[in-house]
Amino acid sequence: MISLPLEHIFILASILFMIGFVGVIARKNTLFILMSLEVMLNAVGIAFIGAGSVWQQADGQVMFILILTLAAAEVALGLALLIRLQRRFQSLDIDKLNRLRG
Amino acid sequence: MIGNMDANWNASMSILAWLPFNPLISFFILILLGKRLSWLMASVLSVGAVSLSAVSAVWLVQQLAINDQQVITVQLWQWFSLGNSQVNFTLYLDGLSAVMISVVTGVGALIHLYAAGYMKTDENFCRFMAYMNLFIVAMLLLVLGDNLVLLYLGWEGVGLCSFLLIGFWYQDKNNALAARKAFIVTRIGDTAMAIGLFMLFNSLGEFNINHLTELAAAKWQVGDQQVYWIALLLLGGAVGKSAQLPLQTWLPDAMAGPTPVSALIHAATMVTAGVYLIARMHGLFLLAPEVMTYVAWVGALTLLLAGFAAMAQTDIKRVLAYSTMSQIGYMMLALGAGAWSEGIFHLMTHAFFKALLFLTAGSVILALHHQQNIFKMGGLAKKLPIETSLFAIGLLCLIALPGTSGFYSKEAIIASLWTSATAGPVFWWCAILGALLTSIYSCRLFFLTFLGNARSSSKTEVETEFSAIMRWPLYLLAVLALLGGFFSTMLHQQLATIFASASIETNFAGEFEPHWLHIVAIATPFIGIVFSWFYFADYRQTSRINNDAAFAEKNNRLTSFCLHGLGFDWLYQKLFINPYCFIAKLNRRDVFDQIIMTSRWYVDLWRAALIANQNGNLRWYAASLGIAVIFLLGVALI
Repeated sequence: MISLPLEHIFILASILFMIGFVGVIARKNTLFILMSLEVMLNAVGIAFIGAGSVWQQADGQVMFILILTLAAAEVALGLALLIRLQRRFQSLDIDKLNRLRG
Repeated sequence: MIGNMDANWNASMSILAWLPFNPLISFFILILLGKRLSWLMASVLSVGAVSLSAVSAVWLVQQLAINDQQVITVQLWQWFSLGNSQVNFTLYLDGLSAVMISVVTGVGALIHLYAAGYMKTDENFCRFMAYMNLFIVAMLLLVLGDNLVLLYLGWEGVGLCSFLLIGFWYQDKNNALAARKAFIVTRIGDTAMAIGLFMLFNSLGEFNINHLTELAAAKWQVGDQQVYWIALLLLGGAVGKSAQLPLQTWLPDAMAGPTPVSALIHAATMVTAGVYLIARMHGLFLLAPEVMTYVAWVGALTLLLAGFAAMAQTDIKRVLAYSTMSQIGYMMLALGAGAWSEGIFHLMTHAFFKALLFLTAGSVILALHHQQNIFKMGGLAKKLPIETSLFAIGLLCLIALPGTSGFYSKEAIIASLWTSATAGPVFWWCAILGALLTSIYSCRLFFLTFLGNARSSSKTEVETEFSAIMRWPLYLLAVLALLGGFFSTMLHQQLATIFASASIETNFAGEFEPHWLHIVAIATPFIGIVFSWFYFADYRQTSRINNDAAFAEKNNRLTSFCLHGLGFDWLYQKLFINPYCFIAKLNRRDVFDQIIMTSRWYVDLWRAALIANQNGNLRWYAASLGIAVIFLLGVALI
């Protein structure tokens, strides 16, 4: 079994994280923002898994399962909200949904 | 008997204490209730308050005359203390202030009564009477204050009331401008006076006038540099208030106010405040004989200048304004010559006949529906016989024909000039020339207004009916103007103790008075009358064709020069106002302001940046979060 160096894993995780982040700030559609958030969460998950396998620790996998659960809950909630938003405003454009001006 | 005297004395003290407060209370009621008061209530209140003060003043003067003690003093409260000296709110009544309060309240009450009739139809009647009352308060404080701070309070108070009343009809821009001019020009004099007061306090540490005079006599020799400057600065204040030579330009414009105001403030009382100040501070002026001579010069030049200017005026009130300036010039001349009580006497008689002249002029103006141009009058003697005779009485006093009050006071002044150490024959000749001018412009005014043809272009009816309250004050003033000379002995008695130590020794015997002095002085007014009888024949004869153009004054250079007050307004415009406006325009954007405003600009910039950040855009927040994290990571790593 070839062991990957830790740096490579982190570089991959960083790239994925950046892609996700850019998606969050560049996308207008709330659905895509939600998906980009998933990408960012998964980037963190990869970092945990990789670190856990390099250091031969189970903690990384535990953390990943935690993140996965969190992501599932978040997507469930987020999608439900999105459906409500779509019904109510006929739009998912994040810039048009800033009524709270927060 | 002794007990009775004491009771009288206590009564006088409380009456003195109340003297300025009667009109003050009336002022507050009028200004607070304003238009809710009817004409009758407002006039009863305001005229009643001043009349009460007038009656009190008569009582006080009488008490002063029958008592041995020459002074009544009431300390109301302590105002503040400066260092070791206290400045009290103390009213101080001696012979000099007794004369002043009788003039202020007596003439004031008559003018108030007249004003109640004159201003009856004005919609701001209450405001007018309130200001008039406030003026009386300030004037009483001015003449009764026992220290210079209280005097200064009254001094500024009368200036304020003058400003308010000149600009009473502020809807007309010219009136507002005249008010502003009066305020600014007198302020120049007041500033000089304030500096003089500071210097005085700095060197003597005292504001009480009596102590001050004693301390000054003890500290300074005659002709000391310091006392010279102080006296000069005080003269500056007097010159501003009394419309004398360098600062005289405001008085003719002040005629923009209602006529009772011109009579009360700009003829009878306020403008004589400068004369009062110099007479009150005579102890100081005696230590500076050069300044006394300056006072005499100011008076002499002003009376000549005003006499020439009065000769060319076309507005009846402006003629009277210039004549006021010239009469105050006589008072200044008397003070400068050390003839203190003569100056004060002329102040009193002048108050009587000039108030009479102004009020009668007011009636004439009202009768002609606010026509003030004397070239549009003429022939009024038939239509307004009472006003004509009253005006003639006033003018006779002004000309100083023998028997009238003006004769006693003016001749006394002229007689004291020749041998005075601080004046001399030159001043005597100025005064005689002034008297000649006075009689010529008075005749011109009378001929143009009351004799000749009616030249009014509009055929409006001349109102000849006046209510009694506008007639009676005139009768009383006419009696006072004619018989005012009889106050002479009483007044000189009262003033004798005050000015006893203040007489200037006359010049050495070598310069004795020529015997023709008095004859010339008495004959001068007659010469003027005879001269104008022939020179202004056009103006008085009725047979001439009724042609406006014939009466339009020859429009030559000299006449228009005199008409505009001998070019002083023009000179000041070129010398002071234009450069000032130029500098102001140059610095329109205010350099110092700009420097301060850079900080505002900086704050503004940040505010704009922060507002732009707080835009309610979620993606923008996310982006700034990310950028901030990257930035902080960068800082932490590098």
